[in-house]
Amino acid sequence: MQKAAKLPERGVEMSDEKQLLRAYGDRRGDGMIQLSFTLEVAPGARAREAAKRFAELHGIHEPLVASMEEVAPGFSLFVVYGHSQHAVDLATIEVPELRTEALSREVVYARIQEKLGRKLVVVGACTGFDAHTVGIDAILNYKGFSGDKGLESYKCFEAYNLGAQVENEQLLARALAVNADAILISQIITQRNSHKENAAAFIELLNQQGLRDRFVCLLGGPRIDHKLALELGFDAGFGTGTKPGDVASYLVERLA
Amino acid sequence: MATVPVDEGKVRACRELAANIARDVQGYINQHTSVGVERTILRAYGAEGADAEGAPLVNLAVDRYKDAGLLDRGILYFVGRALLGGSRSVQEAAEALAYGDLDTGEGGPSLEEIREALRQPTIDALARIDGARDQRDALRASFPEAPAPHKYVIVATGNIWDDALQAKAAAYGGADIVAVIRATAQSLLDYVPDGATTEGFGGTFATQENFKIIRKATNEAAKEYGRYIQQTNYSSGLCMAEIAWMAAVEGLDMLLNDAMYGILFRDINPCRNFVDQYVARRIIGRAGIIINTGEDNYLTTADAVEKAHTVLASQFINEAFAHNAGVSDEKLGLGHAYEINPSIENSFLFELSQAQLIRQIFPQHPIKWMPPTKFKTGDIFQSHVHDAMFNLVGVMTNQSIELLGMFSEAIHNPMLMDRFLSLKATKYVFNTAKDFGDEIEFKKDGIVAKRAVQVLDEALELLQTVEKETIWGAIARGDFADVKRLRDGGKGYKGVVARHPEYLNPLLSLLEGDAKGGEAAGTGG
Ligand code: B12
Repeated sequence: MQKAAKLPERGVEMSDEKQLLRAYGDRRGDGMIQLSFTLEVAPGARAREAAKRFAELHGIHEPLVASMEEVAPGFSLFVVYGHSQHAVDLATIEVPELRTEALSREVVYARIQEKLGRKLVVVGACTGFDAHTVGIDAILNYKGFSGDKGLESYKCFEAYNLGAQVENEQLLARALAVNADAILISQIITQRNSHKENAAAFIELLNQQGLRDRFVCLLGGPRIDHKLALELGFDAGFGTGTKPGDVASYLVERLA
Repeated sequence: MATVPVDEGKVRACRELAANIARDVQGYINQHTSVGVERTILRAYGAEGADAEGAPLVNLAVDRYKDAGLLDRGILYFVGRALLGGSRSVQEAAEALAYGDLDTGEGGPSLEEIREALRQPTIDALARIDGARDQRDALRASFPEAPAPHKYVIVATGNIWDDALQAKAAAYGGADIVAVIRATAQSLLDYVPDGATTEGFGGTFATQENFKIIRKATNEAAKEYGRYIQQTNYSSGLCMAEIAWMAAVEGLDMLLNDAMYGILFRDINPCRNFVDQYVARRIIGRAGIIINTGEDNYLTTADAVEKAHTVLASQFINEAFAHNAGVSDEKLGLGHAYEINPSIENSFLFELSQAQLIRQIFPQHPIKWMPPTKFKTGDIFQSHVHDAMFNLVGVMTNQSIELLGMFSEAIHNPMLMDRFLSLKATKYVFNTAKDFGDEIEFKKDGIVAKRAVQVLDEALELLQTVEKETIWGAIARGDFADVKRLRDGGKGYKGVVARHPEYLNPLLSLLEGDAKGGEAAGTGG
């Protein structure tokens, strides 16, 4: 643990420029982490040594192979503990974050009334071949999510939920037909990055038709964050645990 | 043995209502066919292969007669005519239908002559299903029967060769049943891809060749470990009947197959779905395949506490549909699930109650106990504990089939080690609590007992409403899974065709035996 010993008490090296973060296990600065992985080798002394070296190559100091078990003929699962030598400089990290103040239902209503003088129209769907509706339902439908009622329950929103397996063209056509202010897209399946491709294709469609500025576009799903949504050309991204109120507040900040 | 109170009179009433509900739909089914059904039949008579673009021959032939407005007579009518007109095999006949001159069906041989031309091919088609069944059953009988609950795991790498490797690994880890789930978008494809595939995501394409590859792998594993490994796939979506037939001739043991899942969870047109499920189940019944129904899924879109009774009500309906198609109770793996929000106090008791209730109401059925999924999060450690509680209910209530929970449920399809660790934990719970259910009794008016009474009462009430509204009305109203679907909405409706009075389908008639759907006595309790 030579490296860790040099660290100050907090395990976070603070200076004007640097804020180094190390993993915390039992004591500040010990860099302790656990990891598990499978290698295509039967258990044995060589396999154990291979696991150790594998861990070392990942920057793990003094790896302890806590468990080695054959999970399929010729495959071993290892659980390894050790001291990570790496530290991350927090000061170098910048992530776009959605900083919307959570507004009460009354404030949302009052602001939309005052600024727009009409209902705010939103259209949402889970697009492509993705058949998961629970996420978009949670945001749009009356029932809502975790005790927070969906946009449909607000007097000042007109919410259209097209459900799942909706084609991008279909979604856009509907958004145009109801004169939507915002389009909400949900993407749950992420295997082979299908969520990114689907979402990007929608923005591409808007761009082609010169309609990108006409709508506020939101993207949501368990593997979506604000940063990714921005990269894909959306205005905002919402991940796990999003409540309808978060979305209502954002839309008000943006549009009213 | 810990039992919950079950009012047998109410159970009987539920079964009667469900039988009426299914009978109403059966009237519709008996008057219709679909492109999916006709493709299935054409395959069953021996047509196979695909063109250079991958379009299966059966699609080319059936679509052509569908587009010409001729499919109402059944594709076999034209196959029979082609055979009489010089085709030397069904394959040649199918090629003639796909590529040759369009036969408008006018003039030429009489219906009797056509029937006669189809006599031997029909016998062969049936023999192929029966032969595969007998071969599978003989192999299975050569191994000792595994103790229940049977441990069921999923492989879904997208690449059939990795699937084969992982299926064997699962057998090594102690699995009794290996399911390959089909690729994400396959349910909506109106054709079955051809050959071995390596490109699916969220699952692997269900193709006949892929079935063969996994059957070979699981049979090899069976020999190696001295335990029979059951193979499962999905007979669902727009090709549910074709997949059922492929599974039948490739010796699969089990199939996901539900009377309503496609309607509710893939927006498949209700008419299409009901017509297709009937023919799928006729084949499944003949092949002695166990079906798994999908009621567990309702609890992902609807609340598992409030809507627990919809699962039970739907199980009665699925049972009635299965009886109408000649599937016996012993092959009817009704699905239910451990999906209550884990933060609810005493939710374990509610789960236990429902699991025991289903066990008692469906005593002959290989019921299928499904793991928590919806409230799983990326916290794999907590998820593992969640699954352990689920396992405890599974063994306490003597479930027949248990689909194992995966700690990585909220993240990805199970990986090699995820599956192994799940099997290891499940074996631990099953072994350590083996006779727990026999050792205890539930308090007479306790939480578990009261909950069971309430769920059966509510299921009965719902079935009474559905009988009045018919299933079409109930589905339109969102009675199941909180999902609403319209009779003429959804995907695949265009593929439904009203049968001609002289609709020809000798294989289906044979499968139906004397009993046409709806008149079949079933084997139900
Ligand atoms: C329920 C479920 C299903 C149900 C869906 C029913 C329905 N009508 O929705 C059924 C059974 C049908 C199903 C089917 C399949 N599923 Co599924 N399913 C799940 C499950 C268990 C829960 C998802 C869920 O409902 N979460 C609860 C909601 C509330 O959370 P959420 O979606 O994250 O939404 C929240 C936020 O993300 C956000 N949000 C979401 N969308 C949006 C949109 C906007 C605009 C905003 C602002 C916010 C927002 O707000 C929501 C509330 O906080 C997950 C596993 C899991 N625990 O996550 C697998 C899972 C998502 N499914 C999976 C798969 C693979 C499938 C299938 C492809 C399997 C198959 N081969 O057939 C099929 C799908 C076929 C298809 N064409 O899509 C995988 C996906 C793997 C991956 N990483 O890609 C998962 C992770 C399971 C697994 N481990 O394999 N599934």
